Amino acid sequence: MKQYLLAVQLDESKPEPEDDFEAMLARTGQVTEDMKSAGVWVFVGGLRPSHASTVVRPGDGTVTITDGPFAETKEQLGGFWVIECDDLDQALAWAEKCALACGQPIEVRPFDDLSER
Amino acid sequence: MDLDSVYRAEYGPCVATLTRLLGDIGLAEEAVQDAFAVAVTRWADALPPNPGGWIVTTARNRAIDRLRRESTRESRHAQALLLNQPDEPEEAGPVRDDQLRLIFTCCHPALSPLAQTALTLRLLGGLEVPEIARAYLVPEATVAQRIVRAKKKIRDAGIPYRVPGAADLPDRLPPVLTVLYLVFNEGYTSTSGELVRTDLCLEAVRLARALAELMPDEPEVLGLLALLLLTEARRPARVGPSGELVVLSDQDRSRWNHELITEGHELVRRCLRRGQPGPYQLQAAINAVHTDGPATDWTQVLALYDQLLQHSPTPVVALNRAVAVAEVHGPGAALSAVDELDLPGYHLLPATRADLLTRLGRTAEAVAAYDEAISLAGNDTERAFLRTRRARLAET
Repeated sequence: MKQYLLAVQLDESKPEPEDDFEAMLARTGQVTEDMKSAGVWVFVGGLRPSHASTVVRPGDGTVTITDGPFAETKEQLGGFWVIECDDLDQALAWAEKCALACGQPIEVRPFDDLSER
Repeated sequence: MDLDSVYRAEYGPCVATLTRLLGDIGLAEEAVQDAFAVAVTRWADALPPNPGGWIVTTARNRAIDRLRRESTRESRHAQALLLNQPDEPEEAGPVRDDQLRLIFTCCHPALSPLAQTALTLRLLGGLEVPEIARAYLVPEATVAQRIVRAKKKIRDAGIPYRVPGAADLPDRLPPVLTVLYLVFNEGYTSTSGELVRTDLCLEAVRLARALAELMPDEPEVLGLLALLLLTEARRPARVGPSGELVVLSDQDRSRWNHELITEGHELVRRCLRRGQPGPYQLQAAINAVHTDGPATDWTQVLALYDQLLQHSPTPVVALNRAVAVAEVHGPGAALSAVDELDLPGYHLLPATRADLLTRLGRTAEAVAAYDEAISLAGNDTERAFLRTRRARLAET
């Protein structure tokens, strides 16, 4: 079994359509429920927009704290699922459901199983 | 048969089988290469009766040895798999073919198009990196890097090694068709050395047949198979007695393989009846016209090229269409069409220009175009053909 991160890529420069938000939550919530009944679900979380983000950066044995996400790009991490399944094809099938439910691109990325190194 | 031809013929099938046994493409390649290294000394006097079987068995034993020496959890896991596996494991999918499974892995949409083809040519065709780079007109370093990255992604991302289920097949099919077509092309007009690499042509036809058996209702699969059969059928007439290239119009049609032509025509009729023409069906139809009766009906060919250009508006299709334009509307019209095309590094562009300029009596320009084509041509036979044409021109 492998674990995959299904990350929601959110374009923050686009305004969020308010009235659709509830419907979107209902759809993504349903996907999460489906993941749970299929036994693949590990974790799910939606994130606040990147204006609420803070970066802690190490250097010379101490750290500096700065405002904002790592990169000032339009695309930010909007939320994510973690699932556990057999292979990429299964992960892609779930990512398809997620993308259609939240209307955003999904990046599918395998977790690094350290025991395989 | 010598070791080189065994390598060419057996590398792909052996890697595919070892990938099934080991569950990892990188390990499979290493094991097969190890086995061929042993073969160099072991086969010095005579080949074994079944070289492919010998390579698979030796590669498998070498892989077990290698895994025993290493002690990570993963290799113990792989070792257990290997030792417990019967020789002919039960197949779950609809096709009992390791290579077909491997081709779907290599052509997975999670890999870039260049990586898909490069990987398929390397793993299934046994082509070396420089040959692939020439086929794609890209630097060798790029191809090498793409192959390494693709293999890493297959392993790390968990791209499965199997033929996809019925629901996924329509999406997963087009890249596979493209790759089989390119493998055949590489065999038919080899990018280096000899003109034809029969092994690659036959391999592509074999894989296309297997695919057509798997998906008898996909018109483009039938179209691809028909295209390959109708092209393959003309191969015996394409090279003359002293190894020289013979163009279609000069070919001795009695040397064509009429069994393949009949099969190809039947397939073209079968897929076109479905009324969903696609690029492979149209190309197959063009080749059906070329192989029908004593001479080509160029008006029909041009009409089919017009349709094909709508489906695939690429400069290579436009160049081929121009050849038909020359036959129907004359070399002048064809030349204006060719001069609009941009195909850097593609020898058939200047070669076509040279032919059209010759027919227009513009000798000096034709000579220059032949020179350019000769400098770009990759295989010896095509180069020799172009030199002969150029020499004939200089005499007049």
